Amino acid sequence: MAKCPECDAEVTVGSDAVKGEIVSCAECGAELEVKDTAPVALALAPKAEEDWGE
Amino acid sequence: MNKPRVGVLLSRVRVEEKLLLAELESRGVETKVIDDRELVLAVEQRPELGVDVILERCIQHGTALYALSVFDAWGVPTVNRYEVAEICGNKLLTTMRLIRDGVPSPRTRVAFTPESALVAIEELGYPVVLKPLIGSWGRLISKVNDREAAEAIVEHKDVLGNYLHSIYYIQEYIQKPGRDIRAFVVGSETIAAIYRASEHWITNTARGGQASNCPVTPELDALCVRAARAVGGGVVAIDLLEAPEGLLVNEVNYTMEFRNSIDTTGVNIPAKIVDYVLEVARAAR
Repeated sequence: MAKCPECDAEVTVGSDAVKGEIVSCAECGAELEVKDTAPVALALAPKAEEDWGE
Repeated sequence: MNKPRVGVLLSRVRVEEKLLLAELESRGVETKVIDDRELVLAVEQRPELGVDVILERCIQHGTALYALSVFDAWGVPTVNRYEVAEICGNKLLTTMRLIRDGVPSPRTRVAFTPESALVAIEELGYPVVLKPLIGSWGRLISKVNDREAAEAIVEHKDVLGNYLHSIYYIQEYIQKPGRDIRAFVVGSETIAAIYRASEHWITNTARGGQASNCPVTPELDALCVRAARAVGGGVVAIDLLEAPEGLLVNEVNYTMEFRNSIDTTGVNIPAKIVDYVLEVARAAR
């Protein structure tokens, strides 16, 4: 469990989460990056840039 | 022989990367996650990387391209190879390879000034599609229906800032049946395919296109494998359009997303990718 840096809601992160994983905040829908797992730390995921994709 | 050690070069752990890492772990493969944001490459000399092959899963084309260029120069086996990233990351280079190998694709024009772009657009005939040379997820692509729209789009592209937007890549608009096809090629086989349906002319699943299974016919398989070979092979996703005259290859993607296609097709795509990665590593030993 950690706080959403966008809306301060509690975000539940699965026990199998890994560093760098992207999760969504159920409250505000923000895309969040798992910066650390023990304890869980979240940051806003970076916005897509022009050369992002497949 | 020991199992190959696999490096996974990634930017973020999205669903695809998580599935790939889980697949590697389930097979007991020694895996090293390489975060491209922390990567520093001392390019003068190949270091001991501690891996036998690198699976590239960067989210940024620029990062993938230049990291792969260094690994390529060092002789490190990668999936995909640098050449494939270079070709697939650029729509014009992809088109030229498809043409070289006789793979059917939409008629395309390239121009370098707003004035010549308008000439090219009118020569192709409306509607046309303007696409950035580099980009994905259907972003910044424009369907241009008439002269007024063409003038506006060309003017906007001229001032967008990045010089690449002033290289005008113009294609005929293909009247497709409300869907396109995304086919997944691994090595020499088309392992699965989906239809991507949308009421919008842009059918990318990243833009809301709905996925459903598309049978891999011998015709589809043969065409996709030819397209994959044209760009250098490996693990690629081929986008195809069902034109009245037959299938056309629209684009080839080299860091493919597949989260919507596993349940849809019943094919374990990450397992197929890992099979291929291990095969590349073994072949390089």
